[in-house]
Formats: sequence, C-alpha cells, structure tokens
Amino acid sequence: MRHGALRAFMAKEVRHILRDRQTLTILLLMPLVQVVLFGFALRSDVHDVRLVIVDPAQDVASLSLRSRFASSSRFRIVATTRSASAVEPLFRRGDAEVALAFEPDFAGRVASRTEPARVRLSVDASDPNTATVIQSYARAVIAQWAEERAADMPAVAVRPVRIATAVRMRFNPTLESVNLFVPGLIALVLTLVSALMTAISLSREKERGTMEVLLVSPLRPWQIIVGKVLPYLALAFANVITALLAAWLVFHVPFRGSVLLLLGESLLYAVVSLALGVLIAARTSSQRAAMMVAMVGTLLPSTLLSGMIFPIASMPAWLAPFTTIIPARWFIVVARGIMLKGVGLPYLWRETLVLVGMALVLMLAAVRSFKPRLA
Amino acid sequence: MTAGELAISAHGLTRRFGSFVAVDHITFDVGAGEVFGFLGANGAGKTTAIRMLIGLLAPSDGSATVAGFDVVTQRAQLRRRIGYMSQRFSLYGDLTVRENIELYGGIYGLSDADIDSRTSALLDSLGLARSAGDLVATLPLGWKQKLAFSVALLHEPAIVFLDEPTGGVDPITRRQFWELIYAAAARGTTVFVTTHYMDEAEYCDRICVLVDGTIAALGTPAALKAEHGVATVDELFVQLARGAKVTA
Repeated sequence: MRHGALRAFMAKEVRHILRDRQTLTILLLMPLVQVVLFGFALRSDVHDVRLVIVDPAQDVASLSLRSRFASSSRFRIVATTRSASAVEPLFRRGDAEVALAFEPDFAGRVASRTEPARVRLSVDASDPNTATVIQSYARAVIAQWAEERAADMPAVAVRPVRIATAVRMRFNPTLESVNLFVPGLIALVLTLVSALMTAISLSREKERGTMEVLLVSPLRPWQIIVGKVLPYLALAFANVITALLAAWLVFHVPFRGSVLLLLGESLLYAVVSLALGVLIAARTSSQRAAMMVAMVGTLLPSTLLSGMIFPIASMPAWLAPFTTIIPARWFIVVARGIMLKGVGLPYLWRETLVLVGMALVLMLAAVRSFKPRLA
Repeated sequence: MTAGELAISAHGLTRRFGSFVAVDHITFDVGAGEVFGFLGANGAGKTTAIRMLIGLLAPSDGSATVAGFDVVTQRAQLRRRIGYMSQRFSLYGDLTVRENIELYGGIYGLSDADIDSRTSALLDSLGLARSAGDLVATLPLGWKQKLAFSVALLHEPAIVFLDEPTGGVDPITRRQFWELIYAAAARGTTVFVTTHYMDEAEYCDRICVLVDGTIAALGTPAALKAEHGVATVDELFVQLARGAKVTA
C-alpha cells in the first residue's frame, strides 16, 4: 500500500508541474537560453583584436613580422604609423587595443644578433583579463616568427643558446571559453531547477496548510520528500540533455568522455541540490523567504564561487577555502574533466566522493528536518 | 457505537513553549460516535491540543490515546485511523475535484477499486458529480469546505478532527456543513471539532470550554447552561472567559 501512497503523491506533483504552464515553459527553455547567452556573451577568448603598428624602420624584417600579424585571424591591423605619438589617441578612443612598436633599426638588430632586436607591445589593460590574453597571443606570433628566422640563418659559432618554447593548449586548443562555461552552466541549471524549484514547491505546501494534512496522513517524511523530488529530478535531467545538445549543436563544444558518466554525475549533483532545496524549505516559513534563501544561498555561490566564471586560483587566500563547501565547485571539476579531458572515474573519484558525501549528509538532514516537530 | 468505548482519552495533557503553558493538564474522554465540541477564544490552546492529539506535536507532560493508540509511541497506526481537516483550506486548487479525492485515497492506501467507488459515492452525495473535472480553485468556498470534509472521511477514519472547519463560511453553508457532521456521526464516526461559533456548540453532544489552556467547563450544552444559569452557550462562554481574566 505504501507504494500506492507514494505513486498517488507523485502523480499529484507531476500534475502541479504540468499545470503551471508558464513556469514549465521557462524551466524547459532556460537551459537553451542560458547556453546561448552565456556562450555568446560570457566569453573570455579574444577575436579580431585591433592592432596599431608603429614602424619607423619599415625594413625587411619589420615588414615580415607585420605580415604575420596581418595574416593572423586573431588580429586586425587598424592603423600603421611611423611615430608612437599617433597611438595614444587611438587607445583613448578605443579604436585600438594593442600597439606593436618596432625600434628604428629593427632589421639591423635582427641580422647582427649580438644584441636582441626589440619591439614594444602596449596593451589597453582597462580590461585586465582581455589584456593578458591579447598579450599572450601577440607574444606567440612574435616568438614563432623569431623561431623561424633563427632556423633560416646559417649557424655561427658564437650563436647563443636559444630555448624554444612550444606551447600547446591541451583539451581546448583554440582556447574557446564556451567550452569552459558549458559544464558550469549545467551546474547552474541543475541548481536552479533542483534547489530553487523544490524549495518553492515545498514551502508552498507549508504556506497553504496542505503540508500539515500530509504530515497527519500515513505518508512518511521520506515519502513526501521523494515524491516531491523525483519529478523535479526528471525535469533537471531533461535540462541537462537540452544544455548539452545546445552546446554541441550551437557551439560545437567537444564531448570527449562518457555521456553516461556525466549523466550519472549530474544526477548525483541534482540530488545534492534537491536536498538543499528541501532543507531551505524546512527552515523558512514562506515561499518568498524560501526563494530568497535559495537564490542567495545556492545560485549566487554556484555562479560566483564555483570556479564557473572566476577561477578559484585567482581568489584571495581567505576566500578559496569557502569554495570547498559549494557542491557546484566539485561538480564543475567533474563535468569539465569528462567533457573536455575525456577522463573517467579513476581521475574523478575524489570529487565524486565529496558529492556522494554531501548528498548523504544533506538528504539525511532534509528527512530529519521534515519530521513533525516533536521537540 | 459501543457504549463505554473511548475514542479519545487524555490525561493531564500539557504542552509548554518555553515558559508559556499553552495547554495545562487537561483530562477528558470522548466516547465513540460522539460529536465533541472544543471551544475557546483565540489562543486558548485549542489548536495546540488538537495538534497533540493527531501526533503533530509531542506533549510536554501527560498522555493521550486516540482510537486506542498512544499519540506519542503509536503515531504510525494512529494516522491510519484518523481524519484531519485543518483551519486552512487543505485541498489543491490546481487539481480537479476528482484528482483531489484520488490523491487522498491513494495516500491513505485505498485500492483503486475502492477509490473509484468511494469517489462516485462522494460526488453524488455532495451533488458535485458534474463538477468532478473542474479545478478545485474554481469552486465556491462553501463547496470547497464540504469537499475537504468529505475527503477527510474518505478512508473511513474512526475519528475525524476538524479545526475551525466553518471559518469564513455563510450561515446556510455552515448549517449544511453540520448536516454532514451529523451524517458522519450517525455512521459511527467520532467528530472532534473546534469552533468559536457558539451557536455551533449547541449542535454538539458534549462541549469542552478551554480558557487559558485549562478546562473551564465540560458537559452537555444543556447541563452546562443549567449549571451556570445561562440561556445560551454564548453567555456561558462569556461568563467563563471573564472569570478567567479576573483570576489571571
């Protein structure tokens, strides 16, 4: 009979979800919209950098290096001048982001090889992240050019030892930031659907007085929680698949690891979030309060402190330890590992264990919090 | 109903919240099939007492059995034998009449066949057969209350607890509601009802007046009126409530 009770309760939940068309539409479309918005707007990779060339020499060497920049898809030369004074106004107007200045006798220095030939890169660093990326792109172009020049020259006895650094960007060779965001987005969508919607739905029952009637009925607290949580788990699952499909079809985000493993881990993370939602509902007295707590308590940290957008490595030392209590932080490591690196459980068991532990503790706390208050 | 069989038996039932004593050592029995009225001003401890009897709140002191089950140690068995209608409307507005009935039937472990037959019987008796597919939110309040009461009786509980079931309902609907209560009592269901409408108290077999968490009067409406020399339960209630304030 118990299963009949759970089945009846779950049928009711499914009806609640299906009848609230507006919310359902938003929930189903959200992962799609988020992937597209984040994918286009929140990228830190840089295309079409506007470059100014300051070249007083205009010699064979400088022209050769300039042509490298011109042929790179990352850079677009917006102006070429002989004097550095023309650069400042371009920077101020925002017409240029980076300036490459050659020294007057560039070709001579390159040929002599007794002293290094010098160029100066000036980058508009009002956006420091972008500036760093631009700088490293430009250095890469120059380094490659220098490498090839050295190879062309005849060997000389006094030739100094050169260390050629070959840089390879692993797992994300084109440095597409959308690849990095998609795993984070999955975490965000799961948090939203699982924690927020469960908290709202449970606190609604409390607010309307139906929870009391359920608690007086033979339904046990765990059945109420499972009945509430399972339909949202299904919805969360549909969302993960939508987000993955959108990422794959629109942004061609690679998927290197096991889809099954990722879905399993998503399920695990959803359970953690759902338990959080139940706890929030148990501790708050109104829908509005539950919503606010769910937003501030789960969504914000999942976005800001999980490493989804801002790397944990660049957080201040006192803040970084706090990220370890945020479930999304662990899930994102797992999701990135599976999607971008194609690794499996042998590499991700630690993060998975942390999530399992969180799920167990939170589920237990959630069930306990829903026992009728007998204290 | 068997004479002498007790539906509810409370002994020194007490509930404290910190230093505040909401219910203070109340002792009373309710016989099977009785309509028992629990009266009191707001804050007199009615809801606290009812919550202890249905196993939602543990007593600080004393004990109680409901349908023969201890309210603390045998809550699981207790729950199958009682029905409860809370102060607040407790059906789901976004489900249809039929879906609400089926939900509670399912929760109380009725078989599908039982749910079907009881649903049709219930809809017929309430005259709601044509509205079975309507969302409950669209029903008038009076109908919602009657439906909620019938749903609380769906699993044929031995005792049904009604916490201010007629709040905000017009007098005609209240009258109809009481007809439903009598019908349930006639079928042998014990009815435990809290109210602050004193005219409703006259309909009860026995009433218990709660003042500041203690029992100020307990007996049939007629006997209590005679004892206190008043014409109505309303006057009785005012007299008792005033007395409490003087001593307090």
